[in-house]
Amino acid sequence: MKEEDRLEEKNPIEDLLRMDRIPHIWCPGCGIGTVVTSFAEALRKSKLDLDKVVVVSGIGCTGRVAGYIKLDSFHTTHGRAVPFATGLKIANPELKVIVFSGDGDIAGIGGNHFIHAARRNMDIVVILVNNFNYAMTGGQVAATTPIDANASTAPYGNFEYPFSLPYLAEASGATYVARWTALHLRRVTKSIQEALAKRGFSFIEVITPCVTLYARRNRLGDGLNLLKYYYDKSEIQHGADTRTLDISYQGKLIVGKFVDIEKPTFLDCMNKHLAKVLGDKYQPYGENNGRD
Amino acid sequence: MKADPKGVLTGAHYLDGDFSLAEGALAAGCRFFAGYPITPSTETAERFSERIPTVGGVFIQMEDELGSMAALIGASWAGKKAMTVTSGPGFSLMQENIGLACMMETPLVIANVQRGGPSTGLPTLTGQQDMMQARWGSHGDYEIIALSPDSPQECFDFTIEAFNLSEMFRVPTFVMTDECVGHMTEKVVIPPAEEIELVERKWYKGPKDKYLPYKPDKDMIPFMVKAGDGYHFHSTGLTRDEQGYPVINAECQDVCVRHLVDKITKNADKIIKIEEDQIDNSEIIVISYGITSRVAIRAVQQARKTGIKVGTIRLITVWPFPEKRIKELAKKIKAFVFPEINYGQMVLEVERCAGGQAPVIHVPHCGGWVHNPDDIFQAIKEAAK
Repeated sequence: MKEEDRLEEKNPIEDLLRMDRIPHIWCPGCGIGTVVTSFAEALRKSKLDLDKVVVVSGIGCTGRVAGYIKLDSFHTTHGRAVPFATGLKIANPELKVIVFSGDGDIAGIGGNHFIHAARRNMDIVVILVNNFNYAMTGGQVAATTPIDANASTAPYGNFEYPFSLPYLAEASGATYVARWTALHLRRVTKSIQEALAKRGFSFIEVITPCVTLYARRNRLGDGLNLLKYYYDKSEIQHGADTRTLDISYQGKLIVGKFVDIEKPTFLDCMNKHLAKVLGDKYQPYGENNGRD
Repeated sequence: MKADPKGVLTGAHYLDGDFSLAEGALAAGCRFFAGYPITPSTETAERFSERIPTVGGVFIQMEDELGSMAALIGASWAGKKAMTVTSGPGFSLMQENIGLACMMETPLVIANVQRGGPSTGLPTLTGQQDMMQARWGSHGDYEIIALSPDSPQECFDFTIEAFNLSEMFRVPTFVMTDECVGHMTEKVVIPPAEEIELVERKWYKGPKDKYLPYKPDKDMIPFMVKAGDGYHFHSTGLTRDEQGYPVINAECQDVCVRHLVDKITKNADKIIKIEEDQIDNSEIIVISYGITSRVAIRAVQQARKTGIKVGTIRLITVWPFPEKRIKELAKKIKAFVFPEINYGQMVLEVERCAGGQAPVIHVPHCGGWVHNPDDIFQAIKEAAK
């Protein structure tokens, strides 16, 4: 058979993947891959100049995303993807910077950077894959683990209050906040597309099954079952009050787009303010491709 | 290439060391500063925040030093010359991403206006106690470059030099000053832009599909590109191959780590600068760096008056350590005297290089103030016995 006829073997998003790095390290039944597919689809639809799109990941299972996307991509330290992205973005405002990482990375060890980037309305997109535990290290309890769920460092079940991430994001100043499950493929794609088109701090949480650790430890079935379970347990409530979005163990998941507002970004504010105060002395920043 | 006049405040000024660090950076073309307030280095950040909007750069006060370092690496990969400034406790937090900067071979400059430690220690008082941390502070094997200025003028000059070295070798470079120099106000002469020689990292200009971010060139330093230039490259903190792709095995680790270390150690002769005075025919050599070298002069003069033949070496480059020269001299002299404002850090390097051929008399000081020159004088006398 000729190479071009073997359509069934071609990955549909292969042009955006580092195919020389495939197969990837994710477990069968993991939800991260579907989020990557949605991201690739959204990128394609966005019509952005892909040379200007940069992906930054931290550490963990989702932290490996940067290594598979065929764009300028950085696999950074644990929790520091957001400030790394901040540096990229304000050093060259022409870039579209996407942080793609997990719940432990962004909301656990990187929580402080997350809230401050949202507070500044840093013009970046944060895609957070929430699998309710630290998966890469073997399924430890996380800042997102629902109460009563079992984890390797919560062998009697978790008793700590978890973060409600959309609430945290909105309270910190994010201008776009959405939550979906990994099976809401089209909706995840659409949210990422909207976030890419937006200026400001955009945050998308995607609930995914961790089949090897969280699901196995809590006897929640295989990946596909859990993917479907999350989907079935979800209820779309666009514009829902983010104070009402707590996630209980295997309980209802309120999903949707909760926040979509316009607000000047960090660089907008900086340029406007400094131009006002300094007048002609101010050298407007970032207008010449962010270069000197 | 020459400095951009926009950032160069040509003229004779009365500046403190902290301000001079900022002016040196601006003259070197630094247009990105991310930092977090910490005594006694804060004035550098303040100076940046005031000056950088007028020269076409950006200042951001980050939420902590972890974020500052991460932002610096991002900014450097976006093509900016980037700098931060800190002191001991902040330096500890930066170590994490200093390791990442080394692994990603990212040019950037960190100034450490040292204070007494450990922990919160002496926020407002001097120390030279982060010297080993500069070299070994992040985990794993790697090399960095560190310079030690002894005056505000040198804070200016050495910051430019630090940027040049960092760009040339794609390595984080430190300006290891201290509270005394940071808060000392002296005359600083800033030359015209056309007299300031700058080095820029080697930009890759070949075909896009052939770019390998970590393939060493003949001088061992790989070519660099900017994020956004269309190369679709990958960089990671994991052990990686020339393409920047993670490879988790001992063979790749060997190549990767050797490269990170060798690119500095094998270029040490190009990097190292020391200042020598009256070394020939000396029986005693006083080695010092930073503020301590200014204190040591008094003791040396006193000793010379009493007829002791004393030479001096001032370390301008502290890392990589000028081991070749110290080893050479160890064979010829009676003893080294080594004062520093810590309880025994760089002296370990001197002892290593002296290799038992010449005794090394350490004059420690735990921080809070500079040495009393008499303590150094007594050590010289003892060494001469």
